[in-house]
Amino acid sequence: MNWPVILSISKTHLLSRLKQSSIAALGVTFGIGTFITLVSFMTGLNHLLDNLILDRTPHVHLYNEIKPSEQQPVELLEKFAEGINIVHSVKPRQNQERIHNALPILEHLRKDARVRGVTPQVRAQVFYVAGSIKLNGIINGVDVMEEVRLFNLGDYIVSGEPQDLARNDNGILLGAGIAKKMSLDIGDKVQITTASGDLFQLKVVGLYQSGLAEIDNVQSYTNLKTAQRILGEGNSYITDVNLKLHDLEEAEPMSRELSKQYNLTAIDIKTANAQFETGTSIRNIITYAVSITLLIVAGFGIYNILNMMIYEKMNDIAILKATGFSGRDVKMIFISQAMLIGVVGGVIGLIFGYLISVLIDHTPFETEALPTIKTFPVNFNPVYYLIGIGFAVASTFFAGYLPARRAERIDPVEIIRGQ
Amino acid sequence: MVNVLEAVNINKYFTDPVSFHVLRDITFNIKKGEFVSIMGKSGCGKSTLLYVLSTMDTDYTGELYLSGDRLTGRSGKELSAVRNSEIGFIFQFHYLLPEFSVLQNVMLPALKLARKSTAQIKDDAMHKLELLGIGDQAGKLASRISGGQKQRVAIARALINEPTIIMADEPTGNLDSKNSENVFNILRKLSHEQHLSLLVVTHDHDFAEKTDRIITMEDGRIIS
Repeated sequence: MNWPVILSISKTHLLSRLKQSSIAALGVTFGIGTFITLVSFMTGLNHLLDNLILDRTPHVHLYNEIKPSEQQPVELLEKFAEGINIVHSVKPRQNQERIHNALPILEHLRKDARVRGVTPQVRAQVFYVAGSIKLNGIINGVDVMEEVRLFNLGDYIVSGEPQDLARNDNGILLGAGIAKKMSLDIGDKVQITTASGDLFQLKVVGLYQSGLAEIDNVQSYTNLKTAQRILGEGNSYITDVNLKLHDLEEAEPMSRELSKQYNLTAIDIKTANAQFETGTSIRNIITYAVSITLLIVAGFGIYNILNMMIYEKMNDIAILKATGFSGRDVKMIFISQAMLIGVVGGVIGLIFGYLISVLIDHTPFETEALPTIKTFPVNFNPVYYLIGIGFAVASTFFAGYLPARRAERIDPVEIIRGQ
Repeated sequence: MVNVLEAVNINKYFTDPVSFHVLRDITFNIKKGEFVSIMGKSGCGKSTLLYVLSTMDTDYTGELYLSGDRLTGRSGKELSAVRNSEIGFIFQFHYLLPEFSVLQNVMLPALKLARKSTAQIKDDAMHKLELLGIGDQAGKLASRISGGQKQRVAIARALINEPTIIMADEPTGNLDSKNSENVFNILRKLSHEQHLSLLVVTHDHDFAEKTDRIITMEDGRIIS
């Protein structure tokens, strides 16, 4: 195989039919450009939607669930073991809400190699007091800097800084919905009462907006200590432990293991958010289906043009074969033409796709629900560019292969005789 | 003298549209430096014979030797290589690649052979074109020169790899008498000066008369 000669022949063929070649390449450009734009935009959107829930959802969430005992006392009695026992009016088991031995558990989890980080939380049921009106609410006592690091809490603080909360033991990050209802802003004071009637005054150091109105209307954040004080508990009072793992796939086995080990309820992220994965994969399927369709259309364009080219070039093919080019050489001439079209069209398509993605990335997109988003989300992952160019080369190879194989089989004698 | 080309008992049938015995027991040889022409009426099988001898048509029985090497039964790839280095072709219709320059057309078979560097091949090609008196056309596109010039480019191309034999199918078939004469003189000169073997299929009596030997064919047989 003598590549320089073969490539120079295909180059001459392509350049002498610049119009046809460019139209074929344009088909690929269009297909790849659309693929890049679609996939960047779609995955950007997917990321955004996933982050909305998944990023701030702990991979494993440990807490004490209030529920009835699985084994009622009567079942433990040997006397009734054979009988059918019916217990009416089962009540939840008397149980403390706090996690027993929370501090050692935290210590132990922090040492686990699978765990990226652990945050303790204290959940307190409160009322926000505005004059005679009391609004239902939940205060989450957190280690705010750890929450920012592990669960991107910082992205959802619409005014104020997380540090302000970390520094202030009487501070509160108020849910944006509550703030609006009570006409409060940074620097204002808010009064809360607990279920047992104790009254506290906290200073608003920031506003928190998750984008989900249900949460923003009830939930606020304080420091761990503040929440413990509100509840009148000591510093070992922890109601929830959130884990972030290195590998999401370990969430499920680990939650089972922890649940057994500590006798706590453990929920893993996949169980909690099963519907999100479904949505993501369906959006991905749509993206790839549309792009592949476009590329197949482009492939047919190339197939057509090469087929025509081969009809026009019958004489050339006969000449090449008569002067000593083998069938394989001739096949390679045409395949390399198809692939040159693919590579050139594909690279231009990548550039176009990139430019359109940049354009989309700069298009304003503001919505109440997504406080941190100012423009449309776009994912500039280089992997998609590799997939794009790979697909361009592969599809043009197949589009070129069939016509090229025909050229390989052309009998020069028939052409020369036919003149 | 050495036999450059030798055909032994070559038979060929066409099956489409009806079974037809085109070549019947063709046996002959060509010696080094010999200038041979094949004559015969249309349909006597002379072009078919040329395609068999040229190795492009492999659908025959019998045996074919080039410089003593048996060519019958070799693979398509090997035969391509043989055509590339050992056989030069000149067709009735000039068959140049229209999008390439005259010089590139001449260079292509040598580039395929890749026995010399590109610069050397370019020199050789220029030299051949000058030998044929068309050195000044080298840069032009092959589709932009006259018929007589095209035929001379085709001859230059046939010569570029220093083949053992040149085969030509009606090389003067659609040239006027002046250009015909010209092409004949070039071929004559090649056979005299470079001891090239030449096998030319032709209709043209005057042309054939001037060659060393005439093979006459009729109904698929050699009759003289």
